Amino acid sequence: MKIYDAVIVGAGVIGCAAARTLAQTNLSILVIEKEPDTGFGISSKNSGVVHSGIHYTPGTNRAVCNVRGNQMMEDLCSELCVPFKRTGKITVAFTEEQTQSLTKLLEQGKANGVPGIRLIDREKMEKLQPGIVGTTAIYTPSTGIVSPYELTIALAESAYANGVEFKFNHTVRSIDIPDRQKKYFLLHTETNTFSAKVIINAAGLGSADIARMAGIDEYTLYPCRGEYYVLDKRLKEALNLLIYPVPGAHDSGLGIHLTNTVDGNILIGPSNEYIIDDEDTATTIDIMETLREEGHHLLPSLSSTDFIRSFAGIRPKLAPPEEGGFRDFVIESRRDVRGFINLIGIESPGLTASPAIAEQVKELVGQLLPLRDRKDFIQGRPVIHNTPFLKKRFSDCSHDEKKTLISQNPDYGSIVCRCEEITLAEIKTAAARTIGPVTFAGIKYRTRAMMGRCQGGFCLQRLTEILRESFGITVDTQTLKGPGTELFTGPLRPSSCPLGKES
Amino acid sequence: MDKKIEFAVAVIGAGPAGLAAAAGAAGAGAKSVVVIDRDNRAGGILNQCIHDGFGLHRYNESLSGPEYAEREKQVLLNYETAGKITILSETFVQDLIPESYGFPLAVMSTGSFRIIRAATVILAMGCRERTAGAISLPGTRPAGILTAGTAQRLMNIQNINVGRRAVIIGSGDIGLIMARRLTLEGAEVAAVTDIQPYPGGLDRNVRQCLHDFNIPLLLSTGVVKVHGNKRVEGITVAQLDSKNRLNLQTSTYIPCDTILLSVGLIPEHELARSAGAALDPATQGPVVDQHLMTTVPGLFACGNVLQVHDLVDFVSEEAEYAGACAAEMALNQFRSTGRVIQSGNTILPIKVGSNLRYVLPHTISKPGRVTLSMRVTAPEINFRVCVARLEKSDNRILLTKTFTRVSPSEMLRFAFNCDTVEPLEVYGESF
Ligand SMILES: Cc1cc2nc3c(=O)[nH]c(=O)nc-3n(C[C@H](O)[C@H](O)[C@H](O)COP(=O)(O)OP(=O)(O)OC[C@H]3O[C@@H](n4cnc5c(N)ncnc54)[C@H](O)[C@@H]3O)c2cc1C
Ligand SMILES: Cc1cc2nc3c(=O)[nH]c(=O)nc-3n(C[C@H](O)[C@H](O)[C@H](O)COP(=O)(O)OP(=O)(O)OC[C@H]3O[C@@H](n4cnc5c(N)ncnc54)[C@H](O)[C@@H]3O)c2cc1C
Repeated sequence: MKIYDAVIVGAGVIGCAAARTLAQTNLSILVIEKEPDTGFGISSKNSGVVHSGIHYTPGTNRAVCNVRGNQMMEDLCSELCVPFKRTGKITVAFTEEQTQSLTKLLEQGKANGVPGIRLIDREKMEKLQPGIVGTTAIYTPSTGIVSPYELTIALAESAYANGVEFKFNHTVRSIDIPDRQKKYFLLHTETNTFSAKVIINAAGLGSADIARMAGIDEYTLYPCRGEYYVLDKRLKEALNLLIYPVPGAHDSGLGIHLTNTVDGNILIGPSNEYIIDDEDTATTIDIMETLREEGHHLLPSLSSTDFIRSFAGIRPKLAPPEEGGFRDFVIESRRDVRGFINLIGIESPGLTASPAIAEQVKELVGQLLPLRDRKDFIQGRPVIHNTPFLKKRFSDCSHDEKKTLISQNPDYGSIVCRCEEITLAEIKTAAARTIGPVTFAGIKYRTRAMMGRCQGGFCLQRLTEILRESFGITVDTQTLKGPGTELFTGPLRPSSCPLGKES
Repeated sequence: MDKKIEFAVAVIGAGPAGLAAAAGAAGAGAKSVVVIDRDNRAGGILNQCIHDGFGLHRYNESLSGPEYAEREKQVLLNYETAGKITILSETFVQDLIPESYGFPLAVMSTGSFRIIRAATVILAMGCRERTAGAISLPGTRPAGILTAGTAQRLMNIQNINVGRRAVIIGSGDIGLIMARRLTLEGAEVAAVTDIQPYPGGLDRNVRQCLHDFNIPLLLSTGVVKVHGNKRVEGITVAQLDSKNRLNLQTSTYIPCDTILLSVGLIPEHELARSAGAALDPATQGPVVDQHLMTTVPGLFACGNVLQVHDLVDFVSEEAEYAGACAAEMALNQFRSTGRVIQSGNTILPIKVGSNLRYVLPHTISKPGRVTLSMRVTAPEINFRVCVARLEKSDNRILLTKTFTRVSPSEMLRFAFNCDTVEPLEVYGESF
């Protein structure tokens, strides 16, 4: 059996960032993920905000990794061709009490080293976002937005191209820790056993369970759901930068707000609701109604057809409901279980902090194994499965650029998703570059097909054909997001002529 | 770039509207008409409607969708051979930005991207379905949730089976047709639900697709929650009370592996919007005058992109007229002046009066025959529609049409000889 230097459990943004950072060294690495693709957990279900770092107590992992992550994000995204935008953010006070909290936030932000942070008055607020309500605010120019799933995918691709192995559709069920008989950890999944010198627990909502498998039972996670609405791109111009209310001391999140996404949609959310089942990403009637009302309040030009989708993400909170607020991220190398590194309770701002957490992981691993930096590390967004990355989206191109692209590759002339203007060339590239099995959700996150206002009404049927014809995936094995999520029950009846074609 | 006008009329979309518009334009004398469709086959939505019931008005027989489309394509054949009409298939119209000198259309197909210039343009892009997101379907988002029209295409054109036990949300025509279609294919349809107290589709479809197959229709019923993390496992529905709130006491869980949505159609209005045409919030289609011209001179609209139709026969009729008007503008005004401009006549609005959700056209610019189409806000019996002068006076009513039964699912359509140029109001009332 191959003995990996490090096995990372979980291919979310944290696991993938750690994998990529460790891929810069001599270590052999495996990532085990229960889903068929990267980022299907919380890393695809959040606000996508690259926070500045004003909200957390100075000196905590949260504060330090947030500010450091924010600093690293721009270069990382530009190297990996991930959409990132430094929008800035205003945190607005509406009440006297909130105005007092603002001053505290300002001090905290300064102590954390948030660049450019300052109080702004009504006039400046109006200048940044015409029509904004509220009297005073904090402005943090370093706040940005990033595509969270693209970032996760890009990190994984970079790791993969640099030799990291991935095992998808594998759930870690139990772990044997090293003892006198064996020197290494054994990780058991349904069908396989893997062995490792070091385990990095980056299992998100499952991280307390993974720790427990190694005999560490001091952590409990309390799932806390956040529901969102996605708004039509028509409203793209409505919001210049992020606008948040001042959170209360015991709030479990940062309050319902409007967030632009790098793709030009606006999100309304997230709500805050402790739940029992950490897989229950359902949206609920009451909260959706609140979000709709809040949306109309915050954006008066909103019409009922602008709500194109709702979704929910679940925060892995260490703070129980009765405590509220936030506890610090657990980033630790266990003394009692030598070689076991825990990343637990990585809720917001985990996405922002991911590159900084990865740095810390590298340091912790360095204390366990001798590390040497590789000279042949492939920088940038690598070629995967002989397929180069398409740097620019067709929809972002000018007429002349489109013409050139089509003359180079005729598939660019064939539109698959009409809402987001995604071409056949882009779909084929995305499917070819997928590390694990190809799923509809995987294509969606890589291309934005099915993410527009018709939500796949037009392209689902075309994608089905493409996956069947160009990738040999039969209709009955096409899934939304892996085994159990089959989209169709199979062909309607045996057919003598190819599907969709006339004989 | 070459600024030559290649076509008198460009028609976007080759569904029944686009086909009839092209025929209408060629019939009115246009010598160069292009019809552009992104699909590999003309006919639009009709190609997937393998049930019958099309053409009762236009052809006096009950045809299937593809048969109806075939008849319409036959009409074009002579013009095509004469070189007057060109059909481009698998070609996408990307954008449309009016210039003072005709319309440049950016069109693309596999291996090609080019600009086509036309003197006038007819929008005939049809409509799209409202989605689970658009109705804020609560609960999880597993595999097995499709819009009814997508399911129809998958089954009827792509030979793909979508599920074994379905619940259909919304009783629009496509949902009703699909309830029967699934049943005929051996699937079980546990229920069709609608939040309204009356069905959203045509009466004949309720009878022929639900009653004849004993499929329960649950009216005044809303969705509480979709269940299942991977594939749909079931759906909880409940009745709506008099204030349109879900009465959770009446919650019922219905196990199913498939949910189809038939919750409304929205005109495919993106190109109209990007061209700068004003949209009607009630129809979501462009605002038009009696010649079906939008607020952008030279840009016309017909079929489902203008207003969602329930009968294809009316689509064809409306589109032929739009085609003739576009041709007329291209032949006369454009040829003599080299540009299209808004007519010199004053444009008078038609006010939408009581009990009507919308009325088309939105404006009248000169006396003549006007075809009015409209939908009522709620089902009524013994109903009349009045066309009247807006100004209150004793003899303001110009025309009255009576109906024994009306319903929002059935478009009302009648001609009116407009011999006045005064602002009008169209309203409905029970008697
Ligand atoms: C509502 C909400 C809003 C947020 N907004 C922001 C924001 O604006 N900015 C920001 O910086 N952060 C934000 N966050 C936080 C951020 O999303 C998370 O911190 C980050 O995505 C965590 O990544 P992860 O890799 O730890 O988790 P995940 O992405 O969930 O990855 C963990 C992976 O482990 C896998 N796994 C679990 N158990 C097992 C097992 N037994 N075997 C194998 N694999 C397993 C899971 O399938 C999953 O893919 C938000 C979070 C939420 C919920
Ligand atoms: C499921 C269903 C069942 C029906 N049943 C009946 C019935 O039983 N009896 C009856 O009389 N009527 C029925 N109707 C109504 C009638 O068939 C429709 O109203 C009619 O087909 C609409 O015609 P259209 O040409 O406007 O749109 P469509 O038929 O939708 O055609 C629009 C065309 O435009 C193309 N297009 C769109 N955008 C672009 C672009 N940017 N570039 C290029 N091409 C583009 C599309 O590919 C499509 O081919 C039914 C409708 C539906 C949807």
